[in-house]
Amino acid sequence: MKDERPILEIRNLRRTFGEQQVLKGVNLKVPRGQITVIIGGSGCGKSVLLKHIIGLLKPDEGSILLDGKDLVTMEPEPLKEARMRFGMLFQDAALFDSMNVYENIAFPVREHRKMKEGDLANLVKEKLLQVGLPNTEIKYPSELSGGMRKRVGLARAIVLNPEIILYDEPTTGLDPIMSHAIDDLIVATQKALNGTTIIISHDIRATVRIANKVAMLHHGAIVAEGTPEEMMRHANPVVREFLESGITKVPTSAR
Amino acid sequence: MVTYSLVEFGGFVTTLVGGLRALFQKPFRANLILKEMESIGVNSTIIIMLTGSFTGAVLALQSGKAFRLFNAEGLTGAVVALSLLRELGPVMTALMVAARCGSAMAAHIGTMRVTQQIDALEVMAVNPISYLISPRIIAGFVMVPLLSIVFNILGILGAYLISIHLLEINEATFFDKIQAYVKTEDLWNGFMKAACFGVIISVVGCRKGFLTEGGAEGVGKATTDAVVIASVTILVSDYFLTALMF
Ligand SMILES: Nc1ncnc2c1ncn2[C@@H]1O[C@H](COP(=O)(O)OP(=O)(O)OP(=O)(O)O)[C@@H](O)[C@H]1O
Ligand SMILES: [Mg+2]
Repeated sequence: MKDERPILEIRNLRRTFGEQQVLKGVNLKVPRGQITVIIGGSGCGKSVLLKHIIGLLKPDEGSILLDGKDLVTMEPEPLKEARMRFGMLFQDAALFDSMNVYENIAFPVREHRKMKEGDLANLVKEKLLQVGLPNTEIKYPSELSGGMRKRVGLARAIVLNPEIILYDEPTTGLDPIMSHAIDDLIVATQKALNGTTIIISHDIRATVRIANKVAMLHHGAIVAEGTPEEMMRHANPVVREFLESGITKVPTSAR
Repeated sequence: MVTYSLVEFGGFVTTLVGGLRALFQKPFRANLILKEMESIGVNSTIIIMLTGSFTGAVLALQSGKAFRLFNAEGLTGAVVALSLLRELGPVMTALMVAARCGSAMAAHIGTMRVTQQIDALEVMAVNPISYLISPRIIAGFVMVPLLSIVFNILGILGAYLISIHLLEINEATFFDKIQAYVKTEDLWNGFMKAACFGVIISVVGCRKGFLTEGGAEGVGKATTDAVVIASVTILVSDYFLTALMF
């Protein structure tokens, strides 16, 4: 039977940096086994929200419930357990630049699983093939383009088959064909793991194409949420404008 | 200024305690400890040999000439050996390692901080303290004493060459006096000093790197701070360690 309870629930999350109030009471339910996309203008706090979800930042107020358990107040040991359920792709990939591509992708496996070197090599090879970068094992991050780094980061994020994957702008900076391929990969990964996916994206086209649920962050709060179709017909003009600008922008520039 | 230093000092103690505590968490990162030891060794050995031999040589030159004034140049070897073992060996070695490796630690960890690599470690459920800081503390604790031995040996060798060939001191007297005046206690105390300095270098370098903010500029500041703070702390703590030991 399908579990209808949300896997993640964010309640009244507030966070201030100095004078600047970035999150002003975010409420969001993330449905289990689906793709949720969070959209919003640049600098509105999307990355900050994602970092709260995975516990890199602590909120001033509010709670983040993972299967009903609050991550904010969790002890280090259970928090570590909880983190094992997550995979995350950082906006700038955050690869370890002292390690080559192989070691980067193998890193989480070496840390948390016992695996023979041969099996590990096959696993890394398979993940690299999935992200469209075969035979780059011995390259160092400094030798890769931004888009390639992102794909290696993606391979690293999914190598342990996490239950919940967070993507911070997975396709920004990639060409349209590669963006398309990455979107397909995200969908395929989500299906294969039957996992939950949370994406932060500027890419409205992709959002509409792959999202089960869209939420819009604006002025520090979720102002609208729903299916992509609902969002397109949303009563709030800000939401409609944001979505439409993304849809129409691509054909205009392609002309 | 005083409160600032105290807060800063408290921070370093926190880092030290955290680093040592993380050492007892699984997994035990023996290969990282070895890697850090190697990195300190590779970075510093040549420079330690060079500075060691010239420090010994100049000490011999100065003290030999002074002792000659009252016909006691036979003591040159003993005086050089005592100064090296008790003071100059540990302190000079530590200052060199602070410049070479403390800075490198701050730069490396600081870059990892500003490019979110430390966040990535946390996200992958890896404790960044046990991964980045603990191995460096152990490596400093082990390697600085070893390097200070290298410094001392080369220093005494330098002093020997100057004494025998330039000051024409009798070779047997040179070594007899060293044996007569240098006690194993001097060796041990110098060794312990060096170990303390090694911990100081690593703790300061790691903490400065770990708390870096503000991009490339922040990394630069962290690096300079690490060297300056480590050097000052070494010299200040040297006084207190000496007062305690001798
Ligand atoms: N560690 C921090 N310290 C202080 N301010 C911060 C910090 N992190 C983020 N901010 C501020 O919070 C705001 C939101 O930042 P965030 O990175 O979440 O934006 P974003 O929505 O991800 O934007 P983009 O789409 O450009 O990535 C910014 O104004 C930023 O200055
Ligand atoms: Mg962002």
